[in-house]
Amino acid sequence: MAGYNDRYEVVIGLEVHVELHTRTKAFCSCPNEFGSEPNTNVCPVCMGLPGVLPVINRTVLEYALRAGLALNCEIASFSKFDRKNYYYPDLPKNYQISQYDLPLCRNGYLDVAVDGGERPGARRIGITRVHMEEDAGKLMHGEAGTDYSLVDVNRCGVPLLEIVSEPDLRTPEEARAYLEKLKAILEYIDISDCKMEEGSLRCDANISVRPVGSTVLNPKSEVKNMNSFRAVQHALAGEAERLSAILAEGGQFLLETRGWDEASGLTVQMRIKEEASDYRYFPDPDLVPLVIGPELIDRVRSELPELPAAKQQRFMANYGLPAYDAGVLTGSRALADFYEACVAAYHDQKVVSNWVMGEFLKLLKAHNLEVAASRLTPSHLVAMLKLIDQGTISGKIAKTIFEEMFLSGGRPEEIVKARGLVQISDEGELGAVVRQVLEDHPGVAEDYRNGKEKALTFLVGQVMKATRGQANPQLVNRLIKERV
Amino acid sequence: MEIYDLTAHELADLLQRGEMTSEEVTGAIFQRIHDVEPDIQAYVTITEEQAYEAARQVDGERRQGKDLPYLAGVPAGLKDVLCTRGIRTTCSSRMLEHFIPPYSATVVEKLAAAGAVFTGKLNMDEFAMGSSTENSAFFPTHNPWDLSRVPGGSSGGPAAAVAAGEAPYALGTDTGGSIRQPASLCGIVGLKPTYGLVSRYGMVAFASSLDQIGPMTKDVRDCALVLNLIAGYDPLDSTSAPGAGLGAVPDYTAFLTGEIRGLRIGVPREFFGDGLDSAVAEAVKASLGKLAGLGAVVDECSFPHAEYSVPCYYLIAPAEASSNLARYDGVHYGYRAVAENGGAYDLMEMYTNTRSQGFGAEVKRRIMLGTYALSSGYYDAYYLQALKLRTLIRDDFNRLFDQFDAIVSPTSPTPPFRLGEKSDDPLSMYLSDVYTIPVNLAGIPAISIPCGYTDGLPVGLQLMGPVFSEGTLLRIAHAFEQDTPYHQDRAPLKRGHAAVSPAGREGGDSHGRL
Amino acid sequence: MKLSMEEVEHVALLARLALSEEEKERFGAQLSSILEYADRINQLDTTRVDPTYHVLPLQNVSRLDERGATLAPDDVFQNAPDRDGSYFRVPRIL
Repeated sequence: MAGYNDRYEVVIGLEVHVELHTRTKAFCSCPNEFGSEPNTNVCPVCMGLPGVLPVINRTVLEYALRAGLALNCEIASFSKFDRKNYYYPDLPKNYQISQYDLPLCRNGYLDVAVDGGERPGARRIGITRVHMEEDAGKLMHGEAGTDYSLVDVNRCGVPLLEIVSEPDLRTPEEARAYLEKLKAILEYIDISDCKMEEGSLRCDANISVRPVGSTVLNPKSEVKNMNSFRAVQHALAGEAERLSAILAEGGQFLLETRGWDEASGLTVQMRIKEEASDYRYFPDPDLVPLVIGPELIDRVRSELPELPAAKQQRFMANYGLPAYDAGVLTGSRALADFYEACVAAYHDQKVVSNWVMGEFLKLLKAHNLEVAASRLTPSHLVAMLKLIDQGTISGKIAKTIFEEMFLSGGRPEEIVKARGLVQISDEGELGAVVRQVLEDHPGVAEDYRNGKEKALTFLVGQVMKATRGQANPQLVNRLIKERV
Repeated sequence: MEIYDLTAHELADLLQRGEMTSEEVTGAIFQRIHDVEPDIQAYVTITEEQAYEAARQVDGERRQGKDLPYLAGVPAGLKDVLCTRGIRTTCSSRMLEHFIPPYSATVVEKLAAAGAVFTGKLNMDEFAMGSSTENSAFFPTHNPWDLSRVPGGSSGGPAAAVAAGEAPYALGTDTGGSIRQPASLCGIVGLKPTYGLVSRYGMVAFASSLDQIGPMTKDVRDCALVLNLIAGYDPLDSTSAPGAGLGAVPDYTAFLTGEIRGLRIGVPREFFGDGLDSAVAEAVKASLGKLAGLGAVVDECSFPHAEYSVPCYYLIAPAEASSNLARYDGVHYGYRAVAENGGAYDLMEMYTNTRSQGFGAEVKRRIMLGTYALSSGYYDAYYLQALKLRTLIRDDFNRLFDQFDAIVSPTSPTPPFRLGEKSDDPLSMYLSDVYTIPVNLAGIPAISIPCGYTDGLPVGLQLMGPVFSEGTLLRIAHAFEQDTPYHQDRAPLKRGHAAVSPAGREGGDSHGRL
Repeated sequence: MKLSMEEVEHVALLARLALSEEEKERFGAQLSSILEYADRINQLDTTRVDPTYHVLPLQNVSRLDERGATLAPDDVFQNAPDRDGSYFRVPRIL
């Protein structure tokens, strides 16, 4: 990896915005929907017409509390909404309802390990705050040369959580792992779709570098426009290199905002921050304070689902899985649920783990699919495992069947039948093939007779080839040994 | 008396008894509007057609024997800060000159449901910022008692319209005195309800933590009747008080007993100090004697933080306004500046020119002031400090209300001034709200009622009470009113200097102190 | 409290107001005198005083997550100064 690792330390903090998947917007009763016709999910309130007033959607508060508790935060007993004043055409009121000095949640943490597991090596990343705010609209820019931009108000008022980490992250890989863990938790507690490509999860990063052992915080770059976890990791790696080079050359850091350019794989300067913007925050007089009592906190906490760390521990204890397996399988709620549905109907939990972590994840990745979007069902996987146990199919054939199930959603028995993939365990039928192979390769048979073990592997391979992989391998072994 | 001189409840009685139809009453009011509007200029928009339609609707329902709300069929005017679906709502600003809201304010819906016949939208200081209605971007409104004088503001249009018989009653809004001061200057009744009693939804915001909508009427009974219609919880307004803070909204007319014996009324000496016109002071002091004569226990008291009210208000209100008025940017609605000579503005030029051309001087001045008060480095010294002063002012009131059922003061330190007299001096204009502002800061209710004249110009008495004490205030106001002739007087619509008031001059010493 | 010309210009920029030189002078002088007057609030020691954000002790006012009516397109664009199909149009954002 890059040279900055040796002499320089990278300091990264992430600011994540996540859209809550409530039915309606944060402060009005418009639908909270992605992909509607422009300017249709709109009412006087989210259009910011003269005279309108906001009323907070209580589900937004509930979701924010879930997030705060799942991220180990302290919940404020007294919280309020503030106005953040700035002019932009996607913000109809020219102020955003947000939370400033009294956020709902503070001082949380997330334990993050780069390779997904949760064991020695996991690092505790501080979460500074989680607060509620409203989203802005969308701007579309005319083609180059045109002198206008277009405004769509649909997204205005969609509820957001802003989740701010401490500058505790030390590598781009760790930043990515943090994001993946954060996404998993937000999905576990079912408050957001967390789709980076649709903008329901967005990430900005603050990054600076300093000599190892130093505690100074150098001027940071703010990196934006990263639309995948991969992009976050690559952008931060690139920016770390760039900043390290500046440090190495004794250059000057600028407090700047840089955008990630996917095509070039580089960050490019968007603007230099001359001074902090003056947002003139003040408490929104249209909204009354939030007073959060212990009963509410206890109720929300009691309704939280099992979170990844607890689930991992349970998987290790109940299913005898190694920490690594349990970590990977609980990496998303959907994957964990899939696994548990399988082991409820199948005795060997490690075998299920191998298939889910191996073939299933491989295919999901190759086809860029979420668990929920794949056509494979737990019952089909279990049925396939039982076919192997019964000797109906070989493990090798099973991989083919698995892929077919994954793609078509078919039942394994039907795939086996339709494609004639039943394992050949008939001694007479296989005996004939073995005889033919020995006749065709007399030299090799002679080698085996003389004690060359490798020759057996070759002969078995030839039988498998002749039967297109359908021969029962144990039986083939026995027949060759008998006949040679 | 002419039809246009009648109160809303007198008109309602005529309608109930079948002596007149709503269409006839509406016709009489519009005839009056056509006759006097060239002199008064109270209306920004007149909705004659819709009014007749509504009137005929009510008449039809009445003929069918339908049980109608008491004020059904009685015409009413609306300050042009209240959104009316399909009818332009301008806030007397170039910025919203052609703005047609796609929704109506909650109070407008409530009045409409009660069968109100809306005559039109009434003039005001632009975005309710002012005390004379001279800050209207369209035209100033004239005081029906003396056309060379202002009707007060910001609800000068509603006050002048009611005083001149152009509307039996109207809804105004009050952020620092904008209902009470013009009511005082035009010789009518104006009530600023407890913050949260009346929904603000659909009232174009000036200063959200201070704004309230209230009735402007010819007498106290009308005031109670209109309050009955507009008070109550609104789920669209987070600051709306559930159950009016009382469990349920009472029938405010039930308080109009004429009986105030034993009620304790406080008179803060700070409200009778420098700056108070001596004739106004005389009229108010004479009123104190009348209240005592009715059996109230009137006592002097102290309001120690009175002098901080105006500075406190002139930091809080502009700060909130600077944010509330940020939305007028030419993007989604309202005025947008266009570059001259076919050129094109960039975004920043569009914003700044739109706002500079769309807003008048007073609005710009307050936006500047409020922006400054909230800006980095000044927030604590101005905005936060003002909010702390607000606490001290509330505490003053709370202490007084331990001893008194109501507090009394002049509504305005002066009688109506001449058009143009104060328009070059913002600070002296701001001081005309010195007695009304503390009420908004504390969120308490207050009513202004006519209490006499000076040189033929009306003088108003302000009664203030603890939160949700509207009933008590109406009770006192009503008892006072029934004991005095002023509510029966009508403005003479005189040009120039009015020589003698209809009720004759009030006596008293010439010294403006209590 | 005398506002400098720079402060007046900074505040005008924050408030998105284009002021003429004459307006800057006039507003600067007026704001200075208003602020000078308002500054009397700083004569009081308020270290032990809590600010009043709301006059009524309301808290936790919220609504159910239930859908309501949206505006018809004609209403959305009725007052639009400029539009392009189903979008509002503004000068290009750089």
